[in-house]
Amino acid sequence: MDEQRYGELLGRSESMKLWLRELYTAYGYRPYQMSKFEPYDLYAQNRSFVAGNSILTFTDTDGRLMALKPDVTLSIIKIYRSGQQKVCYHEQVYRDTGASREFREIPQAGLECIGQIDVYTQWEVLTLARESLKRISDTYILDAASVGLISGLLAATRANGETEQALLGYLRGKNAHNICALCEREGISPDLSAIWQELAQLYAPASRALPRLKDMCLNDEMRQAAEELDTLCRLTAQDGEVEIHLDFSIVNDLNYYNGLVFKGYVPGLPTGILSGGRYDNLVRKLGKQAGAIGFAVYLDLLEQLPAQSRGNDADVLLLYDDMTPPEQVMARAREMRRQGLRVRVQKESDQGRYGRVERMEGGKRA
Amino acid sequence: MIHVALPKGRLGESVYALFEQAGYGCPSIREKNRKLIFENPEAGVSFFWVKPSDVAIYVERGAADVGVAGKDILLEYAPDVYELLDLNLGRCRMCVAGPEDFLDDPARSLRVATKFPNIARGYYSSLSREIDIIHLNGSIELAPLLGLSDVIVDIVETGKTLLENHLAPLETITPLSARLIANKVSYKFQYDETARLRDALAQAVKKGEKAP
Repeated sequence: MDEQRYGELLGRSESMKLWLRELYTAYGYRPYQMSKFEPYDLYAQNRSFVAGNSILTFTDTDGRLMALKPDVTLSIIKIYRSGQQKVCYHEQVYRDTGASREFREIPQAGLECIGQIDVYTQWEVLTLARESLKRISDTYILDAASVGLISGLLAATRANGETEQALLGYLRGKNAHNICALCEREGISPDLSAIWQELAQLYAPASRALPRLKDMCLNDEMRQAAEELDTLCRLTAQDGEVEIHLDFSIVNDLNYYNGLVFKGYVPGLPTGILSGGRYDNLVRKLGKQAGAIGFAVYLDLLEQLPAQSRGNDADVLLLYDDMTPPEQVMARAREMRRQGLRVRVQKESDQGRYGRVERMEGGKRA
Repeated sequence: MIHVALPKGRLGESVYALFEQAGYGCPSIREKNRKLIFENPEAGVSFFWVKPSDVAIYVERGAADVGVAGKDILLEYAPDVYELLDLNLGRCRMCVAGPEDFLDDPARSLRVATKFPNIARGYYSSLSREIDIIHLNGSIELAPLLGLSDVIVDIVETGKTLLENHLAPLETITPLSARLIANKVSYKFQYDETARLRDALAQAVKKGEKAP
């Protein structure tokens, strides 16, 4: 069956699951199906990593508090033993989302690589992220940033915890004017303030942004992060695809993420559809000595894309009356299906969309 | 084309004037008619008016690429948008206000009436003060007069209403003004146009500050 036919039959989200799995397994990522439930403790200890505030819980028959998994990554880290683990998945996660604060089932696909994470591995994951976006839309944007660069800058800024959180909040909101006011109020030097502001406003193709980024580095941590970002962006540029943009507003929780982070966008959706990064810190928090990188694609968003024109419900609507024997109805329908037509059979016409209508009256075609 | 959500009302008028000064005017907006969306294809913008508290929703959901919202709304609802510029219009402050001779009794929880429960909760939790929030939708000043609350958390512009009712601003929580916000995805897909608009508005704001 061809690609278009699959898409018609399955709908966007379902057919995308198929294409993404094909893509990830071609790179040797092993499909992994996990249990719907996990002990609640797994999430309670890492609450801020799990997006949203609430977790759906229930008590298992043995009295243990269980949760419908709000996240996939933690479960995958849990099963890691040693060596390099490359897995891909498509799973339902349960989260409260948006202003309505209602729980929703969200289909999510993605991959995770845990073990020794070197330049090649990161390049491969970035490549797969880009290929995933290309499957979703011809036009896409892939943004990247480095959490290491920001933690280096925080070390150089030497602010208290509250100010650090405020700075990160303004960075995520591209809010340079509030960074300026905050730095003035907290006695942070104008030079540092200028770097924070420039990073907040930075949005440019990597080749243009990187030289500027290197000039901003104040310590080894920042320099190392900029170097790493430079290497990865150069390698991905060789693929001859749309260049990665640098954007530090995508930097997320520093407690879990460390190096590269990235986010993917397609037109027509109000939020990013792909999100990923390097999360060695989270793996170590869970007591495993390994690095990790991965990403997730939020398949529920695909349904928000402008609707594809709805095709016919069937090619032929076959209507019959009381005087027509069932054998004749079935025989006629079979005959047409053998010709490759989709045939719907019923007594009365309805609101559906059909290529044509055929009637059988008194056992004969009318 | 950049779609702009403007807040209805007095603030919206001065915000539109700023867009006009920045070279993003749309003459048809001044005409008296029942149109809902106003376009200026040459300047590459279209405008529509929405309830001030709804601007952030239009932008967050991508129905508008950019919009202008009060900092009060941004703090209260924390929408997932970029805040690109302080437009310096509609300046006022978020205050705790109460009877002129109010003295807080830390031995009991403080009753706070407000339209902004999240801002009030955030402020008092930063002070570790136990409070009882009374969420009202209007006429907040009435609450302490009738003994419904001890204090209120509300926007104070001139303080005249407070004064006439023997109330006074007691503490300033944060200064407020109108901000230019942008949807995080359309910002990226229309980066050049959005950056040009932001820079032009920043210039117009600067000019406005210099003029008396």
